[in-house]
Amino acid sequence: MDNDIVISFENFGFQYTAQAEPTLYDINLNIRKGEKVLIAGPSGCGKSTIAHCINGLIPASYPGKATGKLTIGGQNALELGLFGLSKIVGTVLQDADGQFIGLTVAEDIAFALENDCVSTEEMHQHVKTVAKLVDVEQVLHHAPHEVSGGQKQRVSLAGVMVNKVDVLLFDEPLANLDPATGKQAIELIDQIQKHTGCAVIIIEHRIEDVLHRNVDRVVLMGEGRILYDGSADRMLCSDLLQKSGIREPLYVTALKYAGVHLTEDMHPASLTELSLTDSQKQQVRDWFNRQPTPPAAEQAPVLFQSENLDFTYPGGHHALKGIDVTIHKGEMLSIVGTNGAGKSTFSKAVCGFVKPQSGKLTLNGTDLSTLSIKERADHIGYVMQNPNQMISKTQIFDEVAFGLRNRGVAEDEVRRRVEETLKICGLYSFRNWPVSALSYGQKKRVTIASILVLEPEMILLDEPTAGQDFRHYTEIMDFLQQLNRQGITVVLITHDMHLMLEYTPRAVVFHDGHVIADKSAAQVLNDPEIVAQAHLKETSLYHLAMTCGIPEPEEFTRRFIARDQEVR
Amino acid sequence: MTNLFNYIDRSSPIHRLTGASKLVCLLTWSLAAMSGFHTPLLAILTLVSLGLFKFSKIKLKDVSFMLGFTFVFMLLNNLLIFLFSPEHGVTIYGSRTVLFKIAGPYVVTAEQLFYHLNVALKYTCTIPIVLLFVCTTNPSEFAASLNRIGVSYRISYSVALALRYIPDIQREYGDISQAQQARGIEMSKKASLVSRLKSVSGILIPLILSSMERIDTISNAMELRGFGKDPKRTWYSGRPFAKGDWIAMGLCIALLIFSFILTAVNGGRYFNPFM
Repeated sequence: MDNDIVISFENFGFQYTAQAEPTLYDINLNIRKGEKVLIAGPSGCGKSTIAHCINGLIPASYPGKATGKLTIGGQNALELGLFGLSKIVGTVLQDADGQFIGLTVAEDIAFALENDCVSTEEMHQHVKTVAKLVDVEQVLHHAPHEVSGGQKQRVSLAGVMVNKVDVLLFDEPLANLDPATGKQAIELIDQIQKHTGCAVIIIEHRIEDVLHRNVDRVVLMGEGRILYDGSADRMLCSDLLQKSGIREPLYVTALKYAGVHLTEDMHPASLTELSLTDSQKQQVRDWFNRQPTPPAAEQAPVLFQSENLDFTYPGGHHALKGIDVTIHKGEMLSIVGTNGAGKSTFSKAVCGFVKPQSGKLTLNGTDLSTLSIKERADHIGYVMQNPNQMISKTQIFDEVAFGLRNRGVAEDEVRRRVEETLKICGLYSFRNWPVSALSYGQKKRVTIASILVLEPEMILLDEPTAGQDFRHYTEIMDFLQQLNRQGITVVLITHDMHLMLEYTPRAVVFHDGHVIADKSAAQVLNDPEIVAQAHLKETSLYHLAMTCGIPEPEEFTRRFIARDQEVR
Repeated sequence: MTNLFNYIDRSSPIHRLTGASKLVCLLTWSLAAMSGFHTPLLAILTLVSLGLFKFSKIKLKDVSFMLGFTFVFMLLNNLLIFLFSPEHGVTIYGSRTVLFKIAGPYVVTAEQLFYHLNVALKYTCTIPIVLLFVCTTNPSEFAASLNRIGVSYRISYSVALALRYIPDIQREYGDISQAQQARGIEMSKKASLVSRLKSVSGILIPLILSSMERIDTISNAMELRGFGKDPKRTWYSGRPFAKGDWIAMGLCIALLIFSFILTAVNGGRYFNPFM
């Protein structure tokens, strides 16, 4: 056997004990020392199962039956077990906050060493070295939850690097990060890999973001099988991604729309190395000129207004500093900004969960300040990020009926309204199902339904698509768009740039308790200053427009999105 | 940093003691104070504990809330003893010196008052020490200290983690409660106690479900980094015992032994001035 191979799957298959069908079939995959591999695929394709097999959570935490052979570091993975594997493979989990164990950054980094019975002095030495490598020396004595999003990533990486592992495994590292922090995370992973020579495996469905730095290989999965294993360039020239329901990099899709024939030697995997001939650039320009200008949204009457809203938390944190926002009837808009910029506090103030010290909130001209939380909820619905935080009944029907029953609505009226709402939400056929039988995306729908049933004029959703793959993302967003077309005003609090570009004509940007921009999403994302302040990322369409000599990148972005929505 | 332990970072000899030795001192001290009703000893311990408090540079206003709380508790405790057992002191001390009568069975005797003094002294000699432990022990050292005195590291770590998650869970409870109130459950005083209790279940179910998710993540994260593989582990924040630690522990253990001897010599747990 090749000495360079650290991980080798041979005719490997796996079936969870709790499931009727195998999750992995016939996997043949080799990963070599120092290689950087992206494993991509839609939710449920088996990519997380592969990750769990590599780090030993299968079978330790998720029992099941394996067939074929999995060799890691020259040994049978099953014999190595979870603890044996932890010396070879370091895993950075998706949820940075959830995986912190130590009370301080230093202790968290030291955790693996403590379990290895390393002496205290040696441990202090090790922690210092690793902290220096990932640049978190200044925050060693802070609580891990207090440091910035980017530093959290660094701390969790340091925590697995202390073990001097051969393989670093990242399970959806971008899921909870804002675009700018995600970009830094990809740069950090690249830098660490070059420094340590570890093999790096990144499990992710956000291909464009991972390709910000070069990867050696992409493994594309679908329905438990490997569909593709090769260079990123070759993959992007094909239509494999579209077929598997994963989003291609936007600039690649744009080139395809323009009719540019992609070949491997054009390096489509890297935005900076992409080479286009003059005639190809001309093709893109021609396409741009052919595309009709999308109609501008018409101005509807004002629904909601926030005037000079100011709020300071009891601890002294001045979260909202004179917020002015006007929302029109039937609008769909997004509120963006970094963590701590004030977007969540703003939504809490709107729902009445916190009482602003000054300023005014009005809905249809009525002052909201005298209304209780419950009374406001008749007009403004709020959907939390995690559906599990909202669902309190076991049956779908009861869950959706909860708000109405609490309001003392007569039972036949409840039945009529719940059934109607379930129909709108595409859940009618599930009405007698238990909630536990639903997927995450369906649960999300149930929570939206349980708010819609109260017939609010406006709904406010916190990160509606967090952690969802492209297919579920499209499903949730199309559903919200459909509701919007029926006249409901939709406000989305989000980090997701695609979401704001594709679905919300208008974006309000929060930064440090102020509104720093309130204009079209395309304008926001083409303004480098706002992009930097709000931790966003310029879209690759902007770069493509520039490369092709199109002087109006915003307009290019708008026309692309309009075209893209037609096609999907 | 979460202020659950109310750790106050100042520089004092007490702060410099390791968490483990402070825990040993706290346990032996409390045991010595709790085992008997030897009034002069309790009085001396109270004075010493107040002195230590000053020594640790923790100010009264830092702990005023806790102090107020325990003071009320002490009053309540004494009041209940008197209500349920006004003759308790008489039974213990074997004499009855009536000072004045209130009503019915409630007669104030010197013996009962003396017993109440002892109960109060128990509070005053242990509470400052408990507060001292809470305020001068870095929470990071807590699990390490428990482990050091023989508690299995798995249990030590679970306790420390549970304590750490309390503020997170409180915050989550708040968020869920607000969202559920928006859906119309009434948590304010407008609703009756029964309906409020019913409403709480609407918050608890989602809270439990999301806490389970949290536990799942953290336990995977811990196992992936080798927690539980060996019967022993080391601690980043663990410190070796220094001279001061040995002296402090020695003194406290001596105190415990002394209190036992006192009980034996005295022929009982009570110091009796009435015989």
